[in-house]
Order: sequence, then C-alpha cells, then structure tokens
Amino acid sequence: MERLKIATVWFGGCSGCHMSFLDLDEFLLDLAARVDVVYSPVVDCKDYPEGVAVCLIEGAICNEDHLALLHRIRARTRVLIAFGDCAVTANVPALRNHLGSGNAAAVLQCAYLDHAQDRPRLPAEAGIVPVLLDRVRPVHEVVYVEHFLPGCPPPADRIKALLTQLLHGLTPHLEGPPLTFG
Amino acid sequence: MAAKTLTIDGKQLSAEEGATVLQAAAEAGVKIPTLCHLEGLHDIGACRLCLVEVAGGPKLLPACTTLITEGMEVTTASERLKNYRRLTLELLFAERNHVCAVCVANGHCELQTLAGQQGLDHVRYDYCFPPWEVDATHRLFGMDHDRCILCQRCVRVCWDIEGAGTKHVSGRGGKAKIISDLDDDWGDSETCTACGKCVQACPTGALYHRGSTVGEMVRDRSKLEFLVNAREKKLWSV
Amino acid sequence: MGGLMTLADLQQIKERELAAQKKIVLRCCLAAGCCSSDAHGVKERLEKAVAEAGLHHDVEVRGVGCLKLCCAGPLVQADPAGTLYTHVTPESAPSIIAALRGDQTALTQTDPNAAFFALQHSIVLAHSGRIDPERIEAYIAVDGYAALLNALTELDPKSVLETVVRSGLRGRGGAGFPTGLKWGTVAKSPGAKKYVICNADEGDPGAFMDRSVLESDPHAVLEGMAIAAYAVGADQGFIYVRAEYPLAIARLQTAIKQAKRLGLLGSGIFESPFHFNLDLRIGAGAFVCGEETALMASVEGQRGTPRPRPPFPAASGLWGCPTLINNVETFANIPPILRHGADWFAGIGTLRSKGTKVFALAGKIKNTGLIEVPMGTPLRTIVEEMGGGAPDGGRIKAVQTGGPSGGCIPAHHLDTPVDYESLTTLGSIMGSGGMIVMDDSTRMVDVARFFMEFCMDESCGKCIPCRAGTVQMHHLLEKILARRATARDLAKLEELCDLVQHTSLCGLGQTAPNPVVSTLRFFRAEYDELLQPDPHGPRPAAASAPGATVS
Repeated sequence: MERLKIATVWFGGCSGCHMSFLDLDEFLLDLAARVDVVYSPVVDCKDYPEGVAVCLIEGAICNEDHLALLHRIRARTRVLIAFGDCAVTANVPALRNHLGSGNAAAVLQCAYLDHAQDRPRLPAEAGIVPVLLDRVRPVHEVVYVEHFLPGCPPPADRIKALLTQLLHGLTPHLEGPPLTFG
Repeated sequence: MAAKTLTIDGKQLSAEEGATVLQAAAEAGVKIPTLCHLEGLHDIGACRLCLVEVAGGPKLLPACTTLITEGMEVTTASERLKNYRRLTLELLFAERNHVCAVCVANGHCELQTLAGQQGLDHVRYDYCFPPWEVDATHRLFGMDHDRCILCQRCVRVCWDIEGAGTKHVSGRGGKAKIISDLDDDWGDSETCTACGKCVQACPTGALYHRGSTVGEMVRDRSKLEFLVNAREKKLWSV
Repeated sequence: MGGLMTLADLQQIKERELAAQKKIVLRCCLAAGCCSSDAHGVKERLEKAVAEAGLHHDVEVRGVGCLKLCCAGPLVQADPAGTLYTHVTPESAPSIIAALRGDQTALTQTDPNAAFFALQHSIVLAHSGRIDPERIEAYIAVDGYAALLNALTELDPKSVLETVVRSGLRGRGGAGFPTGLKWGTVAKSPGAKKYVICNADEGDPGAFMDRSVLESDPHAVLEGMAIAAYAVGADQGFIYVRAEYPLAIARLQTAIKQAKRLGLLGSGIFESPFHFNLDLRIGAGAFVCGEETALMASVEGQRGTPRPRPPFPAASGLWGCPTLINNVETFANIPPILRHGADWFAGIGTLRSKGTKVFALAGKIKNTGLIEVPMGTPLRTIVEEMGGGAPDGGRIKAVQTGGPSGGCIPAHHLDTPVDYESLTTLGSIMGSGGMIVMDDSTRMVDVARFFMEFCMDESCGKCIPCRAGTVQMHHLLEKILARRATARDLAKLEELCDLVQHTSLCGLGQTAPNPVVSTLRFFRAEYDELLQPDPHGPRPAAASAPGATVS
C-alpha cells in the first residue's frame, strides 16, 4: 500500500498541540509504519510539498506568512484538520482582536517598546518579520477545513481516534464531552 | 392537584398539573439542554435551548415556561431541534470573547459543556470580538462581560432570592449588558450585600471570585436550591 | 369633575356647533407633516388676513388633522368648494383670501377629485382633515360619543361584543387577529380588574398612520377604547404612545382632559354604572415595546422586554390581570361600527378582510401621504392610480409592506388585492400600514440590509437567536454587499433566517428575517450577482477520504 503523506504545521500557537501529538507515544510508531511525515516543525523541510493527504494545523492565522502558507497548504492537501483551539477558534492569539482597528500596532508597541528592557525597537526588517494581520482568524475563516479537533490542547487519544478513522478511509466522527473548547 | 398524562420522546409519563415540560421531562429522566434556567429561580424562556416540539402545534415552545397539558406529545431531541441548539450555541460563542482556554470557569462552564454535548467542534460564524471590559472594582467578585451570555440568572437571584436588586440589564440587542445599580462600578454599589449568590448562579466565567485563576471557578449550585427550599418549606423560623 | 352627560346634552352641543358653522371654512392641515413646513405660520397669516379683510363673520380658519397628500404640504382646503391649495407658505397664504373674492391666485392647487382622493374610502379617517382635533365639541358635532352613549344606555356588553364579532373586524396592528374573538376572550377571563390598552407605539420605518389618526381624531380612539372597556368589563385604560410623537401626545392629553371634563371618561358615564379611566404612558423609544408583552412590562415600569406567551394578555396581562390590547386604528374603527352596524362594516372589503385599511404611502412614488382604501383594493390601484407611479420616469420595482416584519412584493404581483391572506401568501404581511414603494434604482439586498440593521439595533437582547442572530445576519448581508461573500455565506444567511424565525421569543425576532426571505424569494439573482467564487471551498466528497488513493 502506498504510504500516505502527512504534514503538521505550527501557526500562531504555543506548540502545546504538537506536544499533545507527541503524547501519542507508541501510536507514533504505528503511524510511522504507515505514513511519511513530509512537513512539520519536527521535519527539516523548507517547502510544503504537493500531494499531502492530511495536514494537522496548529495555531491561528496571525500574519501574512501564515496566510500565504495556509493557502499553499490548502492547494496541496486533501484533508485539513484544525488542530487545537487556536486553529479552531483563534483563541488566545485573537485576544488582540477586540482592541479594534490598530490592534496589531498596539500589541507591538506594548511588547517591543513599552516593556522592552534592552534597546526598545519595533521589528521591521523586510522579509524577516512578517506583517501582522488586522484580525487574527481561525483557520476555517480563511480556507475550508474538513475536520476540527478543539481543545487546549486536544487530548492525545482524540488525535489518535481521528487519525485512525481517517487512515481507515472513514469519515471521522467524534463527539462527546471531551470534544470541547478549552 | 390532579395528575396529567403526557408523552415525552415516546415515554408515557404522568406529572402534576402545573408542572412545566422541563420538570416533567427531568422526572422522567429526559435531559433537555438549558442555559438560562436555574433551579430555584423563575424562568424567563430567554436562551431558547430548551425549545421542544409539541404535536399539533406549529410553534416550538420553551420547555421551561410551558405547562404540561393532558395528552401532550413532546419531542425534545429531533434533528431539527438539535440543529437549532447547535446554531444557537454557535451564535453565543461568536457573540462575545469566550476564550475557554484561559477562563476561570474552564472545565466547569455550562456553555462549554453544552457545546461539547451538542457536538459543537467549531463556530462557522465570524467572531464579533467586541470590546467588552472587566469590572474588577468589587472587593470579592469580578464581572467579565466578555463571558456573559445574558441569561439573567444573576439578575433574578439578586432580586428574587437575595432581594438586593443590585443587578439589572441595560442597553439593547448586542449592546445589552448586566449592570450594577445605575451602571455604577460594582465596587461602589450601595445595594450589593456581597452575598455572592450571583457568582454561584453564573453559568459561565462571567462572574467569579477574585483571585481564582484558570479552571478554578467551581460553583456550588446546590446552595441556591437549598436556600430556596429552606425558605419555601420554612425550615428556618425567626 | 364634570356633570353627568345625557343624550340631550350631547345633542345640545352638536346643535350649538352646527349653528355656529360659518359659510366658508378654510381647513388648515395641522398634522405633524405639514407642521414641519410651518403650517402654524400659514394658519396665523390666514387668520390675520381674514380679520384684515373683515371676513370673520363668514370665514372660519380651522386647524384640522391630516389632509392626506403629505408630499404637497402645507395644505389648505377651502369649503364649501373644496378647493385644495398645496405648498402654501405664510407669505402666499393671504392670496387664498383674495381668491375667495374671485381674484387670481398664484397658489398651486390640486384636484380634490383626483384618484388619490376619489378612490379613498374613509371610515377611520372620516374626520381627519375635517374637524378640529383639539375641540371635543367638533367631534360631538359629527356624532362623536353617540356610539358610546348608545352602547351604555341601549346595549349590554354582550351585544356590543357580538356587533364587533359580526363586523369581522381584524386587528390593524399587523397580525390581523379577529378583534371580536380577542374581546370575547378578555370578557370571559375571570377577574375583577381588567385593563384596556391602546398600542400607539407605531415604530415601523415609513409608517405614520396611527400618528395621523391620533393627531387628527383623538376622540375616536378614546371612544373606541371606552366601548371596548364596557364590552370586556375593564375600568382602566392606557394609551401607550411613543415619545417621538409629541403632537399626538399633546392632542391626546387635550382630548382626555376634555372628555373627563364632560364626564365622558371617569365614573358614571352617561348616568350608567360604567367607570372608565384613561391615562397616557409615553414610550421611551424602544421598537420592541410595540410587542404587547414588552409594552405591558413597560407600562408596569419594568424594562420593556417581551415574555413568552402563553399566558396571553387576554388571560394574564397588565399586573397579571386580563388585558385587551388593540392598535390605534382598530379602536378608531369601533365607533363607526357601532354607529352604522356590523352589517354595514362587513359589507366593505373582502370575504375574510373586512372594512378599510389606512396606509402610509412613502418611498419612490409621486403622491406620498395617507390613504384609506377598502380591503381587497389591488396594490396596482394604490401605487399606480392613487400614488401616481414612480417619479422621474422610474419604474416601480417592488412594494414593501409590513415594515421590518414584512416583505417586498415585486412589480409583477401588483395586481394582488390588499388583504391579510393575499399578502401573507406572497411572504409579506399587512402589517400596521407602512407601504414603501421602490423603483428600479433600489438594490434589494440594500433593502434587506437596512431592515436587518433596524432589527439588530432594536432587538431587546433577551433571547439569543434574535440578539446574536440579527447581528450575524446583518454581518453576512454587509459581506454580500461588499462582494466578499461566497455561496456558503448565503447558505449560512438562509440557515439563520430559519433559526431566528422559528426560535426567537417574540414577534420582533420571529419576523426579523422576513425582508431577507422575501427579497431572496423574488430577487435572488441580485444576491447571486454579488457572490464571489470560493477557491478554497469544500472539496468534492469523494476526494476527502485520504485512505483511498494519493494523488
């Protein structure tokens, strides 16, 4: 059987969802036997490849790099999974949204100038520091997302259940109280 | 009082005249989702989650304020109702800034729990991200409007049980909010007795004990029920 | 206060009034529309000119209620000829006096027999523009309070009720509930204390029928309410009128004071044991207070929010007592029904919609103003013949009835008769009588957005579907108009329409989606045109099972 290409990506989030992914423990070995992880924070690959079967997306869409990469991912991936609350609801990264217009400038000001202890200055190098979006958005507000794994982070057994169903060619069906935000 | 016979989700049962559909269902072990209902407070039919279908009528009726009638046939969990409940919950999550992950009520929140029970795994409507503020002026309690769902439990408990009349609703539509007295800082309220019943009644993390951090705001709903029962049955005498 | 009135007293007042009638009457419209264009100035100048010409024995300058053709105000009508002067200013007013002498006048006139007037059938507006609304004697002179007298002295409450039932009158506030049936329910409800409420919280954008009735013939409403109170066994009434209607409030206050002075309100009316007190309650600007349970909460001094029904007000209303709530126009229909009989009224209109309906004609139409037509009059007659069609060579595209709770009826349905059922079939409602005409320059998605914004702002915030649903629907409409929405967004909009219609607590929410639903029904192409392709939308179902093959 052809090996499936799996990817994970880390946008605006704390990496806690990826930690939960690593909590899959021995299931990771089962997974490795069936799939290739072709793109991920734990894989040294610069460009998102074509023909990816499943991509787990952690984090909210906060800046222009996120936006561009997300569009590329959508174009090259069969199934997207919004992975954790930041991807599903925009969560903590979106706390700046309710500051209204100009919220991006306000948080930069606060972090890099007001509270900087050493050489306060705004990160502005072109091509290195991506421009923040006016509004932090959950992934499905930008592209279509097939499945959702809420939770902060989603429990490992939920990740396992979803991936198992997907790998067996089933339409995933998760429900019940463990499937909640937060 | 006479008993009435009715059917809820195919189960035949009888309940006392004057009981609501919600009460009759609870007695029969049928759980109907609610948010604005709280045992011990008068019902206002505001959250619309307990809407049920009653055979013979075109309208959906709130179980909490609809009295049972003889021969009534009630459906509480049709696909249509379940769908409406999911949509209503989605609207709530999109309306204010519910960030479960960092909420004092995380894990003990009725909104969060209901969302899980109803299979709500994401919100399809654009989040509104409104600029609400936190009233942290009271020495014991805080009010975070970001998490308020306007169920008015705090208002009712403050008026009906404590009798202080501190909490009100002001404003209209999406701008409606819970206020203390005449929209004063809670800490400046001259009517608030600091009894904390509103905090006990709150279904989300909107009202909380100061100093509690993520997930620490666990409430004791039985206190309220105990109070009301004790009062109605005159367990105390003065 | 007040002496006991008898039939003889009423007749005496009437005769005195008729005897004092002068040969020529210059009727100056002093309703809110004309007042906003200095109708008071016009009246003052006319009075001065009459005095200067020494004509005060022959000419009466009379302030009256609405003369109906609001777009041509200020209006002055000269009796007995009926000449109707339009766009009168204080400066041009004296030339009306000159014209009485046969001199030329540069003033514009309009034909009082034109379709706009000729096709009207005045029952509710019979006295509008004819009598001075600030003088109870003027109302008595046109047989005012005779119906109340007759009811109290000749009829028992049951036969009054029967008359109303047989007349076939239905509520003019919008829903068209049979009035007699409602009265009967209140009459039958047990309780020593009952209330009658007049809902004058007219709030639909573009609607001003009730305001005109209150400004033009306030005593008709008072008399209707007193008759209703007698029929249902109430002794206290409230008129809930919005604060935005200061003139209507002032005239109501005057009318109530006068009626109390003459003993037509209060205790022992017409020497009968019947008591009826009437008070005004002023609304503070919330549209939702037009909803009956919210209105009652507001009268009680509570925050004006609706509560679930049942219990209906007829069983448990104001302070838990059986309460009759009718709209202004409904009450104004009662005295004529009692004067002329149920059969007379039932002979007007259609099989299921009896009598007439007052409409406020507004929007892209030549003749804007107030009309009263028999039920069943085709929309085309109203907008094309009476209204004169669209101005500036435009073509009529749609007619909106029922305000934010109503719908848009497209031009190809203009032959629809105006009655409760026909309008409902077309996805609109009769509503309280607002009629906004739109021409082909109007974008229907804009119309839907406008009404949704109105409902969003006016939602009381109590129930979630209305409070948060209108916000999302409004957001989706904005998104569609900004050409940022996809077919998925439109689907979400339709899904929300269904939710908000079926799960909202009160009529405001339940009908808030109507303008969207109705424009989608008849003008869907206008929505589709604005939609964008969805490049990142859902994949075909077959492709989303990754276990199958890998591309």
